[in-house]
Amino acid sequence: MSSTVESLVNKEYKYGFVTDIESDVAPKGLNEDVIRLISAKKQEPEWLLAWRLKAYRGWQKMTEPHHWPNVTYTPVDYQAISYYSAPRTQKPLGSLDEVDPKLLETYTKLGIPLSEQKLLAGVVAVDAIFDSVSVGTTYKAKLAEQGIIFCSFGEAVREHPALVQKYLGSVVPASDNFFAALNAAVFSDGSFVYIPKGIRCPMELSTYFRINTAETGQFERTLIVADEGASVSYLEGCTAPKRDENQLHAAVVELVALDNASIKYSTVQNWYAGDENGRGGIYNFVTKRGKAAANAKISWTQVETGSAITWKYPSVILQGDNSVGEFYSVAVVNGRQQADTGTKMIHIGKNSRSTIVSKGISAGRGQNSYRGLVKVLPKAEGARNYTQCDSMLIGNRCGAHTFPYIDVQNSSSSTEHEASTSKIGEDQIFYLKQRGLNTENAISMVVNGFCKEVFKELPMEFAVEAQKLLGISLEGSVG
Amino acid sequence: MTEAFVQDFEARAGTATAEGPEWLEPIRRSAMERFARTGFPAARDEEWRFTPIGPIAQGTWRPALGGAGEVTREQLAPFVFGHADWTTLVFVNGIYHEALSTIGTLPPGARVASLAEALRSDGALLHGHLARHAPVEGSPFTALNTAFLSEGGVVHVGTNVDLASPVHLLYVTTAEAGGTVAHPRNLIVVERGARASVIESYVTLAPGQAYWTNPITEVAVAAGAWLEHTRIQRESETAQHVGLTHVDQQRDSRYRSFSLAMGAALGRHNLHVRLHDENIETLLYGLYVTRGDQTADNHTAIYHDQPNCRSWEVYKGILDGRSRAVFNGKVFVKPEAQKTDAKQTNRNLLLSDGARVDTKPQLEIFADDVKCTHGATVGRLDEMARFYARSRGIPAAAADLLLTYAFAAEVVEEVTLAPVREELDRLVRSRLGGL
Repeated sequence: MSSTVESLVNKEYKYGFVTDIESDVAPKGLNEDVIRLISAKKQEPEWLLAWRLKAYRGWQKMTEPHHWPNVTYTPVDYQAISYYSAPRTQKPLGSLDEVDPKLLETYTKLGIPLSEQKLLAGVVAVDAIFDSVSVGTTYKAKLAEQGIIFCSFGEAVREHPALVQKYLGSVVPASDNFFAALNAAVFSDGSFVYIPKGIRCPMELSTYFRINTAETGQFERTLIVADEGASVSYLEGCTAPKRDENQLHAAVVELVALDNASIKYSTVQNWYAGDENGRGGIYNFVTKRGKAAANAKISWTQVETGSAITWKYPSVILQGDNSVGEFYSVAVVNGRQQADTGTKMIHIGKNSRSTIVSKGISAGRGQNSYRGLVKVLPKAEGARNYTQCDSMLIGNRCGAHTFPYIDVQNSSSSTEHEASTSKIGEDQIFYLKQRGLNTENAISMVVNGFCKEVFKELPMEFAVEAQKLLGISLEGSVG
Repeated sequence: MTEAFVQDFEARAGTATAEGPEWLEPIRRSAMERFARTGFPAARDEEWRFTPIGPIAQGTWRPALGGAGEVTREQLAPFVFGHADWTTLVFVNGIYHEALSTIGTLPPGARVASLAEALRSDGALLHGHLARHAPVEGSPFTALNTAFLSEGGVVHVGTNVDLASPVHLLYVTTAEAGGTVAHPRNLIVVERGARASVIESYVTLAPGQAYWTNPITEVAVAAGAWLEHTRIQRESETAQHVGLTHVDQQRDSRYRSFSLAMGAALGRHNLHVRLHDENIETLLYGLYVTRGDQTADNHTAIYHDQPNCRSWEVYKGILDGRSRAVFNGKVFVKPEAQKTDAKQTNRNLLLSDGARVDTKPQLEIFADDVKCTHGATVGRLDEMARFYARSRGIPAAAADLLLTYAFAAEVVEEVTLAPVREELDRLVRSRLGGL
């Protein structure tokens, strides 16, 4: 291996710094009092507290899904986690200038200088979530001119309670699954987006998540509603500092696309993956689901390079006629990472269509599983699904697994599933090397080519970041 | 329901069902204990999630006791592929029937016998293989079969022997089968460099009877050996059939399987093949044709344990009425199984709106230098092909029939024994409604 490769192999997690600011942390453990505390801290209305408590009581009766996901991990002690952590600020933030400079510095390190972005051409509006509290939303005023609401979840509850109450839990009910119920009980903040009828959101909306405090869990909740004929593209990025212990991230994302609306949701997930021995790292147990009404379209694009354990299945309920669901995914595991990820496409509406393109890359001792469900219900006349699910293995200590479930109950529908698993092409590497590329670059090129179908779905600035991330994740995996 | 089986098990002491070499009884007993502990699979059990085993688990089943008095060779004629000369072991309602069976000319070194007879005279052979291949832990049905293990067929083909003509294990049920369960246990051992073709049929003379067949076939294919295995399941459409075929393959061997499922209310077949060494070839073909309220459930598992092996699998289904098909195809590739080449395909054709398919092709791969693909499709006839046929003057109904038949023919063609292939082809055509 060349020296550059060596240095890259030993490269530390770039985002593993800890920001030293005082935080307001709830005592460890989970009980109804903690939930009341969270709710009180956030000055929530009574109905929301009731909703949380109901979710918590439901959660207590549920068991953690151990048996079916193809991942193994030390069980989470839910009583050893603090469920609320907020940077210590007294008054609500008026503008970005009031934000703690240390916080802003953190974001600069992450490569999203909020203050700078303000000066830039207004391409992206960012809602940054630091631990559990949204620290500032850029371009809010500009968006408000068109009636677009883009704010932290807490703010939405205070200022747009009717909208929140109408849609909260309408796609992912509090009782949906173990982690979704936990999130419903203790969610701290997140983003809320509402695009009014017929409005095309003029810029990409973006949230940046970061877990800073030790022994806290992050439970954000995102709700995006695109009213009839509206459209929006939303970006989400995640990082966490490097710590020895595992941290839990149990988020919920709900997308509501009403008639003729369109939502595009892109994620670049780069949570800390743990060290080479599998110590530390984020447990990323996320529930993401969208509901598409007639002629609506929901598109998920994800690049998953981080986390010790990834457990997420961004799904689409294709409820309306002619609705469209898409899922484009690149999941990379290296070191001792484990990913069990995929999608669910539930075809209910007539002529609903779904496309699934999943690219899994396994290296080191990583284990990558694609788990998907395509379900065509009896009423879904003319439904179509196309699934392509490819895995690439680099090294012989990793694994690639596919668990696609196809359940068809309508004869006029058509579903196709293709999957392949192969080694990184030696002849391709050889060809590139004899053209003068070194091994690392050759691999990077081949892997990027393998993932191209997914990357082309990402918004520009994310595509560049994703390619770089992929490079970093895989450095040193080939000798 | 479990207790009933335990009672039957205890009651069989002193009968033929309890006979056999002394090493066998502990195997039976521990299998019974295992079943008593586990009972039937729960609905949440991933392996049985889509399989409606309710009628089996909630039913009461008497042990099948033969009763073959009135069955004649003429009645069996439609099931023997026009070859009454082939070595054919006939089992009526689960019990071996010597008078109806034919032991044709076998080359030296080949032996075909009923399990009951083999248990008396071939102890050493059975000791090395019987209940050694299909693990009792695999499923409660395997445990139950093992507990009642006593009837079945044994085919042993010695080193370098070429069994020139096929051997047929023919299981027939009559009106007396109603309410009974049979646990046939077959053993096929093909020694080094040997070649054989074995057909296993489950047919009925009494359509409409509700009985349950719970067969297991253990297959050992030694180094350099070659086996073609054809399995035909045409049980009564109100019967239950839950079967397992477990194959262990050694170096340079070749196993070719064709499995047809047309009968039974629930027709489940698990086909597990373990590739123990290098340069092994495994070919699995399957066809299921269902109608009414039938369920055809195929679970296949191919274990690539060693490098340089090839597996090829094509299962196709044609579903009509409110029938249902379940397919689960697993391919496991161990870290040392480099250069594995595995391809799996499952295609389903839906002829009616009430039909339903649950397919789950599954790959679990731990080696990097491999070529593994799988594909699954569910849909109806291709509109373009239908249009083309009609534009050539073929009436719509005939065009559909032709296309459906062509869909099935692609796998039926893979049966290499011509008389069997022709018979199956005819069967499929008549089931699809003429041609």
